[in-house]
This record gives sequence, structure tokens and C-alpha cells, in this order.
Amino acid sequence: MSDIASRVKAIIVDKLGVDENEVVTDASFTNDLGADSLDTVELIMEFEKEFDIQIPDDQAENIATVGQAISYIEEAKK
Amino acid sequence: MELKRVVVTGLGALTPIGNNIEEYWDALVNGRSGSAPITYFDTEKFKTKFACEIKNFPFNEYFDRKEIRRLDKFAQYAMVASDEAIKDSGIDLNTVDKYRVGVIWGAGIGGLETFQEEVKNFANGDGTPRFNPFFIPKMIADIAPGNISIKHGFMGPNYTTVSACASSANALIDALNYIRLGYCDVFVTGGSEAAVTQAGMGGFNAMHALSTRNDDPQKASRPFDANRDGFVLGEGAGALILEEYEHAKARGAKIYAEVLGGGMSSDAYHMTAPHPEGIGVIAVMENCLRNAGLKPEDVDAINTHGTSTPLGDVAELKAITKVFGEHAKSININSTKSMTGHLLGAAGAIEAIASILAMKHSLVPPTINHETADENIDPELNLTLNKAQEREVNVAMSNTFGFGGHNACVLFKKITE
Repeated sequence: MSDIASRVKAIIVDKLGVDENEVVTDASFTNDLGADSLDTVELIMEFEKEFDIQIPDDQAENIATVGQAISYIEEAKK
Repeated sequence: MELKRVVVTGLGALTPIGNNIEEYWDALVNGRSGSAPITYFDTEKFKTKFACEIKNFPFNEYFDRKEIRRLDKFAQYAMVASDEAIKDSGIDLNTVDKYRVGVIWGAGIGGLETFQEEVKNFANGDGTPRFNPFFIPKMIADIAPGNISIKHGFMGPNYTTVSACASSANALIDALNYIRLGYCDVFVTGGSEAAVTQAGMGGFNAMHALSTRNDDPQKASRPFDANRDGFVLGEGAGALILEEYEHAKARGAKIYAEVLGGGMSSDAYHMTAPHPEGIGVIAVMENCLRNAGLKPEDVDAINTHGTSTPLGDVAELKAITKVFGEHAKSININSTKSMTGHLLGAAGAIEAIASILAMKHSLVPPTINHETADENIDPELNLTLNKAQEREVNVAMSNTFGFGGHNACVLFKKITE
């Protein structure tokens, strides 16, 4: 697992209070990991802080799964 | 229309002297203080370095990780105390009509720590408003009853009353009146507060409201004593289940007491100082007696607001003498704040519980830490000093007054057919 992927997963485990095993690439924040609208906003903010990036609202809307978060951040950090 | 009778069928408490009703009562009758040096933050630069904190409650086991991050302490305390009260009431959550169960909660401030920390983060940043999405919903004072209803599915009236230190007495009175009028069968009511924070301590210190007896925190809350020097900040929650009498009887509920009446008034005088003649306090006790259909002579015990401030304690006792006349001398008057500290928006709830338990056990908890008589206080008044007193209590009154001049008073009576 890449460094970015493991940091993203650690944030999700911490913020959503879910088990690490559940945080798989295809897992959807809302459908699989129990996040509500406020949780997803908080996740995006944590990603911004952790990786020192800005995720505009219109792009944040497209980050709905663990995998999408990891690829977005990997792209942004290139 | 005929008003319905209202009874108390469940109790819950999370206080600085006990984490449930049993522990709370044990500490009350044995005169234990909950005051100690503050553990939550570094108090080096603070004038007052002690408070009555909640101790040894396993919040991290009680709530799951996600839940605890979404709840300010004041909402966590509300959940714990209301869970205990609901369980104690024996109400069957599967069969009760949840549209007829409401939650009216009292909080003087709400999520003060959440507010403090979020504003601190913003102030320490570069001006970008990176506020947490949970900031507002964690902080607002009405989120405590909101969360209680979400947990249990209670769909009746739901809100928070805010009248500083009278908040939870106002909540109780609202719940009483809604049941009387037939709006609901059951209310979860009470109050919670969690203001032992830098902002809370700093703010109350700035008003010169807090005791600064740093060398002896356990002796700092000393209502009616000549050397009292301010209140001791406390935190926690108290919860009561109020229920329509026939509804309670039909399900064979254990009944602690009848809520006979509530009184409300305003001093209309000063933001924080009590009226020296206690006119608003006289009015609130008279209103309450009238509302309950009782005479002054009927009252056996009064749990005072008695915060241990120089002005407030004397004004309240003067008002009691004015309302009750000669009978004042045969009333067991006490201040349980001598032990719990001042729980602000939760004070009315935990003190109502103390009154109800005094009736149940025929034992009035003491006003501890009394050493020197105050020459401004009538020595013939029985202030239940330092030791609990056995007393058959049929009618108990509980007083609470809040900054802003809000006064609220509740009367309980042993249940009779």
C-alpha cells in the first residue's frame, strides 16, 4: 500500500470509527462506512489538512469511495 | 378543562459527587464535596484553580468512537443521565406511543468547549475559516434533547430551555404544563452543563463570581457561612421522567412523587446581581405555591438556590422568611451546592432530584462547610448545617435563579391517591 493510501485509510478509520478491514478500495463512505453528510465534509477537510491540498467543493462531490479519495490525492500530490 | 396530574417515574444523575442516582444520594447524605483541583487544563494563570468535575466515568466505553466525537461533553452527560432515568422508569420503549413522548432539556450555555476550541483553531490559523462541520451541531444548546430523541425515537415536543442557572427548572415546568394540558403522556426532562473549560472558568472569574479558596477546594462551597466567597463551578446532568398519573398507574410504574406546581418570575433588576430585597424570588415562591394549590405551612423542605455567593444567599433567605413567615423556622432549608458545586443549567434538575430523594428517604441532605454564622442570617432558620437531618418530607420546594434575573421554583409532593 502506498504511503498516501495508508494515511487516507488511517483518517477514515479515525473519523468514521470503523474497522480497518472495512476500509477497502471500493467502500463507499455513505453506503458502506456509515458516514452522513457532515462526516463526508469532515473527511474532505482532514484530507486537505493531512496532505496540504485544496479540494474544491465541485470536486469533493466526486470523492465518494476510499479508492476515489486515494487517487484524487495521489494525482494532486504529483 | 381539568388539568392532568403529573408524577415522576424515573431519575438519572451524572454529578461531581456520584455517577448515578445511588452514588449521588450516598454522597449527598454523607456530606461529600465534589470539589478538587481542575484536571482538564493548566490553571496556572487562572484565579480559581478548582471546580467540581465529573470523575471516573468511562465515556470511551459508554460511547463508540464516532459518537463521542459528535457530542460535546454537555450532550454526553445528557445521554448518560437520560439513559439512566429512562431505564429506571421501566417504560417499555417497544410499546410506548413515541409521538406522545417529548424531551425538554435545560442547558444554560451548551457546548462551550466545542465553541472555545473551534474559535481557538480559527484564531491560531491564517484567517481561512476551516471550521469543523460538527462545530455548530455539537455546540447548540438544543442538541442534547435532539440526540436523546434520535437515540430513542421520541417524536413529541423537543427543545431546550435557556435561562442560565434556572434552565432545567424551566424545562421541568414546561414538561409539567404540557402533560397537564394533555399534549404528551411522558417527558424526558432535566438538564446538563459542561462549562469547566478555560472560557467558562475565565469568564466566571472575570465576574468575581467564583470562590478563590485555592488552598482548600473542598471547603470552598459554603452557602450561608460568613466567610463564603463565591460559587464553585460544577458540571454534569440530571434527568427526570415526568409522566401523566393515569398513564403511570396503568403500567404499574414506580412513582417517586407528584409534581404539584411550578413558579416563574423575573427580577427585572440587574444582569447578574440579585435584587437586595429578593422581590423576584418572593414572587416566584408565591407563584409556585399558588400554582400547586398549597399554603406556605404545607412546605417541609426547601432546596435553595444557595450558591455560596455573598449577596445571593442572604437575599434568598430573606425572601423565604417573607413568604413563609414564622413557618420558615420549621422548614428544613439546605443547599446541596455545598457538595455538588453549581451545575448552572443542570442545577435545577439535580436539585429537584435531591428534593425527591429526601422525600423518599425521609432524610434531608446537609449544607456542608458551615463554620461561622453570618450575622445577616436569622439564626432561628434551620439550614440543615453540616449533617443530614431525619425528617418526614411530604412537600419539598426547589429554587433556582439565573443570571438575567430568571427565577424558577418547583414543588413536589409525596404521592397520595
